Amino acid sequence: MANNRQTQDSLITVKNIHKNYTRGSETIEVLKDVNLNIHKGDFVAFMGPSGSGKTTLLNLLGGLDFPTSGHILIDGRDIAGMSSKKLTAWRAQHVGFIFQLYNLIPVMTAFQNVELPLLLTRLSKKERRRHVETALAIVGLSDRMSHYPRQLSGGQEQRVAIARAIVTDPAFLLCDEPTGDLDRKSANEILDLLTRLVNEHEKTLLMVTHDPLAAKNAGTRFHLEKGVLTANSQGETA
Amino acid sequence: MKFLPLLLANISRKKMRTILTVGSYTVALFLFGLLGVIDMSFNQGLEVAGVDRLIVRNKTSLIMPLPIAYKERLSQIKGVKDVTFASWFGGVYQEPKNFFAQFAIDVDTYRNMFPEFEIPEDQWDAFVRDRQGCIVGRKTLDRFGWKIGDRIPIQATIYRGLWEFNIRGVYDAKREADDTTQFWFHFNYLNERTPFIKDYVGWYTVRVHNPDNAAQVTKIIDERFANSSFETTTETEKAFMAGFVKQFGNIKLIILIVGSVVMFTLLLITGSNMSLSIRERTNEIAILKAMGFSPTHILTLILAESIGYAVIGGFLGLSLCNLFTLAGDPTNGLLPVFFLSNITVILGVGITFMVGLISGFIPALIAMRLNIVQALRSV
Repeated sequence: MANNRQTQDSLITVKNIHKNYTRGSETIEVLKDVNLNIHKGDFVAFMGPSGSGKTTLLNLLGGLDFPTSGHILIDGRDIAGMSSKKLTAWRAQHVGFIFQLYNLIPVMTAFQNVELPLLLTRLSKKERRRHVETALAIVGLSDRMSHYPRQLSGGQEQRVAIARAIVTDPAFLLCDEPTGDLDRKSANEILDLLTRLVNEHEKTLLMVTHDPLAAKNAGTRFHLEKGVLTANSQGETA
Repeated sequence: MKFLPLLLANISRKKMRTILTVGSYTVALFLFGLLGVIDMSFNQGLEVAGVDRLIVRNKTSLIMPLPIAYKERLSQIKGVKDVTFASWFGGVYQEPKNFFAQFAIDVDTYRNMFPEFEIPEDQWDAFVRDRQGCIVGRKTLDRFGWKIGDRIPIQATIYRGLWEFNIRGVYDAKREADDTTQFWFHFNYLNERTPFIKDYVGWYTVRVHNPDNAAQVTKIIDERFANSSFETTTETEKAFMAGFVKQFGNIKLIILIVGSVVMFTLLLITGSNMSLSIRERTNEIAILKAMGFSPTHILTLILAESIGYAVIGGFLGLSLCNLFTLAGDPTNGLLPVFFLSNITVILGVGITFMVGLISGFIPALIAMRLNIVQALRSV
C-alpha cells in the first residue's frame, strides 16, 4: 500500500500541497495541505464528489499546473519548483495522460495519434514506427493502425489514447475519468487493460474516477473531500 | 519534416475552409501579379531607356513636328555623338482594334541608335533596298501570323489612304522588357506621300558622348533652337518615357492603392480563418502541450500552417497569372510588354509570406500562451 512504505522508496511524494484559485477578489482553496506517497507499480484511485479537487491534484502531479505552496517530488525531483520550460520537457519524458474524452486528433490515424509524443524525441522514423506498433499491440489495436478516430468505437478510441500515453514508456500514467464516457462493457475492458499495464508492464497508474466499480480495480483508493485527502480505502489516514 | 503529417492534417482538416483560404490567396496573388504586369508594361520604357540617349521634341507638344534640317544642326553640337529621327504613323491593320506602334524611321541612323534590337544583317539589307519595306517586331509578327515576304496593308488614321508594306525582316530584343511590338518603315516613303508635311519629323533621338554631360547637352540643344519657329524640349529618354506614362495618370499610385486594399482584405480574411481554426482546436492544442509540445513548437506549427495556406495559394495565383500573360496582351497593343517579371514574382512571394506570417501570428501567440488546465476544463 502506498502510505505504508518509506518516503525515500516513493516514486511520488506530495508534501503539504495547497492550491488556491482566485476569482475576482475571492480566493478559493481547492487543495488543503495534501500529503501523499505513491510507489512504483501502484494503481491508485482518487475518488470524491465533484469539486473536491481530484482533477486539480492530478494536474499538479502531471506538471500541468503549479501548487500555491508545497512540494511534489517525483523520483526525488521537486517539480513544483521547475520552470515552465523544464516542466514541459519533463512531462514529455515522464508522464502519460489519459482523458475522459480520449482527445485524439480526429484528422490523424490511430498510428499518427500514437506517434505524436514520439515526435518530441530523437528517435528515427523506423524506431518511432516500432514503438508505435508495440504500443498499439499492447492495447490490442494492431489491426486498426490506419483507422481514423471516427472509424473506431469509444472503447477503441480510449485504447488508442492509452497507447499514446504509454508509447514513450513514461514513469507513470495519469487517467482522468478514463471510463466516464464508456458503456459498462467497454469500461470494464479499459479497466482490465489499465490493470494489465500495472501488473504486467509495471506501470504506476493514478486514476481519478467517480465510479466505485472502476475504483475497485485500484490497489489503493484515496478520497478527497473539499480539498482534503481524508483516507484511503483501507481506512488509513492519508 | 517529422511534424509534416501533423501540419498537413491540420491544413486538410476543414476542406471547404482550406479551399476558401487558399482561394483567397490565389485570387489576391493573381490580381497582384496582373497589377505588376500592367505596371511593368507602363514603365518598361523607363527600365530599358538608354542612359546616353536624349529625346528632342517640339516644345509646344509631342504631336507638333520638327524640321528635318535639325538633324545636321544637332550633329554639330558639342557632346552629341549620333542623331536619328522618327515619326509616328498611327495606322491600323484591317480594323481599329488591331493597333500597334508604327514608326517611320531614318534608315541610315536608326539601327545604330538602338542596338538592343537585333535584326539579321541580310534582313536589314533587304529592308534598306525596298522603299516599301518594313521591319516588324517579333510579337506583332506572331500576333497577326505574318511572315517575311508578306505584303501588309495599313490604313492610315493621321495621314490618308491605304499604305502597303513588304515585310523584309523581324527584330527581336536582347531583354525581356524591350518592346517587340513596333513596326518600322522608311521615313522617305512617308515623306514622299505626305507633301503637306514634307521634311518634318516627329522627334529626334540623340546619343551623347558622355552620359555625365547629358544635362549640359540638353541645355545647349534647347538654347540652340530657342526663339526659332520650332523651339525644342530636350530630355533624357527616361524622363521622356516617364512623361509619356504620366499622361495616363499616376498608374503606380492606382496600382499601389488597389494592391494594398487587396492585401489588407486578404489579411483580414485569413487572420479571421486562422483565429476560428485555432479556437476550434483549443482542446487539441492543450493536449499537445500536456504531452510536452513546447510553446515554441505550438507557435511554429501554427505559423507554418498559416504560411502553408499562403504559399499554396500564392503559388497558384502567380502560376495562373503567368499562364494568363503567356496568352499575350489582352488589350490589343496598349500593353506592348506583357509578362510576369521575376521581380514581381519575388515581391509576390515575399508579400504572400508576410501576409501568412502576420495573419497567423496572433492566433499562434494565443495558442502558445494557452493555459492547459483552463483549456481542458473548458471542454
